[in-house]
Amino acid sequence: MRQIVIWAERRDGRIADVSLETLGKATHLATDMDGSVGAILIGEQCRTSAEELFHYGADRVWLVEDNRLDLYQSDLYARIAAEIIAEAKPEIVLMGGTSIGMDLAPRVAAKLRTGLTAHCIDLYIETIDGRDQLIQVVPGWGGQMMVKITCPDHRPQMATVRPGVMEKGTADLTRIGEIIPFAPAMCEGDFRAKTLEMVKEEEKETPLEDAEIIVSGGFGLYGSEGFEPIERLAAALHGEVAGTRPAFDQGWIPESRMIGQSGKTVRPGLFVSVGASGAMHYTTGFLKAKVIVAIDRNPKAPIFDIADFGIAEDISRIIPGLIEKLKNQ
Amino acid sequence: MSLNIVVCIKQVPDPEHFDQITLDPATGSIRRIGIPSITNPLDRHAMEEALLIRQQCGGTVSVITMGPPQAKKCIEDALAMGADRGAILCDLVFAGADSLATARVLAVGIRVLGPFDLILCGNESVDGATGQVAPQLAEFLNIPHVTCARKITLAGETAALVERVVEGGYLRVEVTLPAVISVLKGINRYRLPTAMGIMAAADREIIEWGCSVCGPGSPAPESPTQVTEIFESSLKRKVKMLSGEPEAVAGELLKKLREMEAL
Repeated sequence: MRQIVIWAERRDGRIADVSLETLGKATHLATDMDGSVGAILIGEQCRTSAEELFHYGADRVWLVEDNRLDLYQSDLYARIAAEIIAEAKPEIVLMGGTSIGMDLAPRVAAKLRTGLTAHCIDLYIETIDGRDQLIQVVPGWGGQMMVKITCPDHRPQMATVRPGVMEKGTADLTRIGEIIPFAPAMCEGDFRAKTLEMVKEEEKETPLEDAEIIVSGGFGLYGSEGFEPIERLAAALHGEVAGTRPAFDQGWIPESRMIGQSGKTVRPGLFVSVGASGAMHYTTGFLKAKVIVAIDRNPKAPIFDIADFGIAEDISRIIPGLIEKLKNQ
Repeated sequence: MSLNIVVCIKQVPDPEHFDQITLDPATGSIRRIGIPSITNPLDRHAMEEALLIRQQCGGTVSVITMGPPQAKKCIEDALAMGADRGAILCDLVFAGADSLATARVLAVGIRVLGPFDLILCGNESVDGATGQVAPQLAEFLNIPHVTCARKITLAGETAALVERVVEGGYLRVEVTLPAVISVLKGINRYRLPTAMGIMAAADREIIEWGCSVCGPGSPAPESPTQVTEIFESSLKRKVKMLSGEPEAVAGELLKKLREMEAL
């Protein structure tokens, strides 16, 4: 039986959204290659999370429960994942491109001496020379090029996918699957890099990935009032504030609010870009927004090529009117 | 106390000029003629962190890269920042190496450089942006790794405490040395090479190795992944430009957004 295996990341006692998104993609790929889907679940008392994975399409879950594995332990997580994968021999392994996923996946790929492709925005199966290959599409050179990557001769084919890029399926609460308990041997030497604790730092705002409306500003705000108009517009729209890399470099937004290839990928219902010309490494972060509005004074700015609505106008001339109208309704 | 630190750096095309990169329709390959190369910015932060640790603990800072002959420029810059010696792994057979092959070659080079306590890298490069090399390098050297480091505090010569950024906070990680640690931008502000530094660096050693460093008659390290096609992304939408008096434009936009249930 051909298999696709995902790593199910846990956050605050539940499965991270990105893992369910990855699982959604895995179930589609499994249909295309007539295979099944397995998930690796590591943590402390996480059996209930296994049920959730079944609901979202997993056929089996390798369950690794140990109180020493509640926090991410890079040495052990990598060894456990590699052992399970070596045993199960899947065709494909997918992991969420979170800060932990991007730490775990490469180490596992190196243990298995196989290929790994980061930040895939599309994944599909194509038969090449009689063998099913996973086509892994990644943005390159700031996103203006797309690159197809394959791993023709090594298995598994491994890929990471950022949060918000794939869509999770619909939960089927009646769906069940097989739990395979896995108990790795452990000793103190397995904790060369030992995570002692997770320190939470309050993020006041909604995480960008969860926002329905995002207002994002770029370097075009320079010389006006900086980021203030963006913040006011976002407040009037009940949306979240974000920005481009130059906006981050200016210190207008924290790194967690940066959109684009080196920042966040979002798919809100409405994305309003203000004062950004539309470099590909920026636009690649919100291409899947349902509606995109672009405001920039330069009518030839490439941002208008990817927008649904464009306003080529000075920010100071258009934003106050917008805010006023929103307030009055 | 004294630590031997190795910093891995990479020469990358300047991201400010990525929009000048074009696709050759005949060959399907990338044209990047005239695009300047720089040292990957995060690698400069790794370099700075190494210098700060050397200042505090004593020891040596070696810098290593894999790349084409012109990547030697990055090594020269690192020496001018204050590195003690540099090494470049340069061979035609290394061209097109993926992260696994790169990590394998770097691991060989680092072993040949001699005993080490700490290996520092930038968390990711601005071009490939995979962030994969550091953990893979650690695997080939059979030592632990920590990525996304925003603070490194040495605990004697045998361990370090690292603040490792995750979504919503950070992890406190205690790692035994030797280890590979890859750093984020926030870890420090890096210094720029000075004229004095450039002069002082002039007689420092730059070691050059080809593929033979991997062993006599050794084949090129294998890259499991391959680029099969490059195409220009077409993600264009049909834009409706709204123009006229600002107030009318604002009203029209909000009306359209409501119609589309985007508000």
